[in-house]
Amino acid sequence: MNWVAIRMLTGDRVKFIGLVFGVAFSTLLITQQLTIFVNLLMRGGVAVQEVSTANVWVMDPATRTADVIYPMPITALDRVRSVSGVAFASPLLRSNASIRTPEGDLEGVTVIGVDDSSLVGIPRRMFEGDPARLMDPDAVFIDDVGSRKLFAPGQTVIGSQLELNDQRAIIKGIVDSTPTFTAQVTLYTRYSNALNFVPGTRNRLSFVLVRSDANVSPETLAGRITEQTGLKARTTQQFTRDGIDFIIENTGIPINFGITVVLGVIVGVAIVGLTFSLFIRDNIKQFGALKAIGVTNRKIMVMVAAQSGLVALIGYGLGLTMAAGFIGGGAAGSDDFKGFYMPNQIPLITAALVLAIIALTGFIAIRSVLKTDPASVFR
Amino acid sequence: MSRFAISVHGVAKDFPVGDDNIRVLHDINVDVNAGELTYLVGESGSGKTTLISIIAGILYPTEGRVQVFDTEIYDLSDNELVMFRLANIGFIFQQYNLIPTLTAAENAAIPLIADGMKRDEAVERGRVLLEKLNIANQADKFPRQLSGGQQQRVAIARALVHEPRLIVCDEPTAALDAKSGRRVMDLLREVALSEDRAVIIVTHDNRIFDLADRILAMEDGRITHDGRDKAILMQEDAQ
Repeated sequence: MNWVAIRMLTGDRVKFIGLVFGVAFSTLLITQQLTIFVNLLMRGGVAVQEVSTANVWVMDPATRTADVIYPMPITALDRVRSVSGVAFASPLLRSNASIRTPEGDLEGVTVIGVDDSSLVGIPRRMFEGDPARLMDPDAVFIDDVGSRKLFAPGQTVIGSQLELNDQRAIIKGIVDSTPTFTAQVTLYTRYSNALNFVPGTRNRLSFVLVRSDANVSPETLAGRITEQTGLKARTTQQFTRDGIDFIIENTGIPINFGITVVLGVIVGVAIVGLTFSLFIRDNIKQFGALKAIGVTNRKIMVMVAAQSGLVALIGYGLGLTMAAGFIGGGAAGSDDFKGFYMPNQIPLITAALVLAIIALTGFIAIRSVLKTDPASVFR
Repeated sequence: MSRFAISVHGVAKDFPVGDDNIRVLHDINVDVNAGELTYLVGESGSGKTTLISIIAGILYPTEGRVQVFDTEIYDLSDNELVMFRLANIGFIFQQYNLIPTLTAAENAAIPLIADGMKRDEAVERGRVLLEKLNIANQADKFPRQLSGGQQQRVAIARALVHEPRLIVCDEPTAALDAKSGRRVMDLLREVALSEDRAVIIVTHDNRIFDLADRILAMEDGRITHDGRDKAILMQEDAQ
């Protein structure tokens, strides 16, 4: 009887399209909002993830994330290096500053000072330029999104001069990095340069980037560093998570996106529920006739389930395709969405929510069919 | 084995109205022979639809017993009763109740499909029956493309396709003009009636009373006339 159910459904084009649209729109809304939400949260850990050579981050106990920093004295670097199990330890400075652009505008930037000799801390990929050029006097690398923010299309970026805290900075390369949550222009330079580029305070060292020996796990080493130096040490995974948790705890993002996801579910239930109820109501005489003829309640339930399943499958597929197009297109064409991707879990979560929508609306619809008295066809 | 197609004994039916129950059928006793075209006639509210629903196995009586071809149908479980209807009873409804998105042949095939027959085979059997009912050329049309008479023929095909032993019709001519109505009744007699099959029709269409083998007249939930002398009834009706 399932093909009869499908023909009943697809034959009523307007309602069928309405049902598919309802599920597709809900899927799009839920998937798109969840994806943006997750990617925004991930940006809380991007600064940590970009540094692949280190697996332990050491910081002042008051520091909370890569952007919420309490600087340490430079002596912390030697204290960390003295801990057994440390393969190498490099200084990293992260600080905010203002630059004057060639046009005379003022722009807030994040300055990242990496180890002068090893350059540990710069992103892995370069868009333009050679990493070795960071050794040049006054050299800075700019992130690709920042370069598009500061310079008009066609304008020469490499070789351009910026003014940072009354110091000259020359752009020598463009790095391929994912914007952080604060989405500021990011400049990479050597640690010694960075000390000049950012306003001076007594303590300037933000982090010590550590690589553990091959025979020591990052967790063990982090514990050992904390124990022996009194500093806070977090593995890359832990510190990434700290950045994400900070956003969750200190912004309204989870609530706002949560509301939109709930709205997606409500819209889905409303559109699909209403349209499905109308569809069932329009066909209630036919269902009644089928029951009188001898179609069992079980078969009727399977029929309605087949109808719901088809709507869910097509609507979900369409909605997911639209959401993937939106996210993929946005990631390719907009700096705001750079690095955005759809984690595997999101289509699964959306599928579960769509199933819940379909199950709820299908249950409501099927109740009226099951309650239909076959004798009503004679009335 | 009983010689009757349908045996109704002491059937009563109550419907709840508010806190009370209203009895709409009172101690109905009637036997219907196989091979007969039996009419159930009466004014609106006389109880004929309730009685035919009980006979067709889609409405449980409050009291009494109903046998259809020797099966005590209300002793069956719900599921068994549904399967009994599917195997033994064909329905023709006043509003046809065809599925608008299926073709005539597909509508005619529904009882076979419900019984598990493969779609192609069932639709082919539906086509054969439509041919017998002289609407083979309409087999691939949808109900909205058919006239009322043609839709009723599709409904008859659907009622007969699985070769049930009891055909139950509710006002089959109500939506048709006199000529089409008589044609449908002639067709029913020709196609549906046989020695081992009974046809019971609820109607108040006196234009077709002369086509019945037997007429049961109902009033206030009771059978007030049971006979084969149609002339008397038609005379009464004329008065």
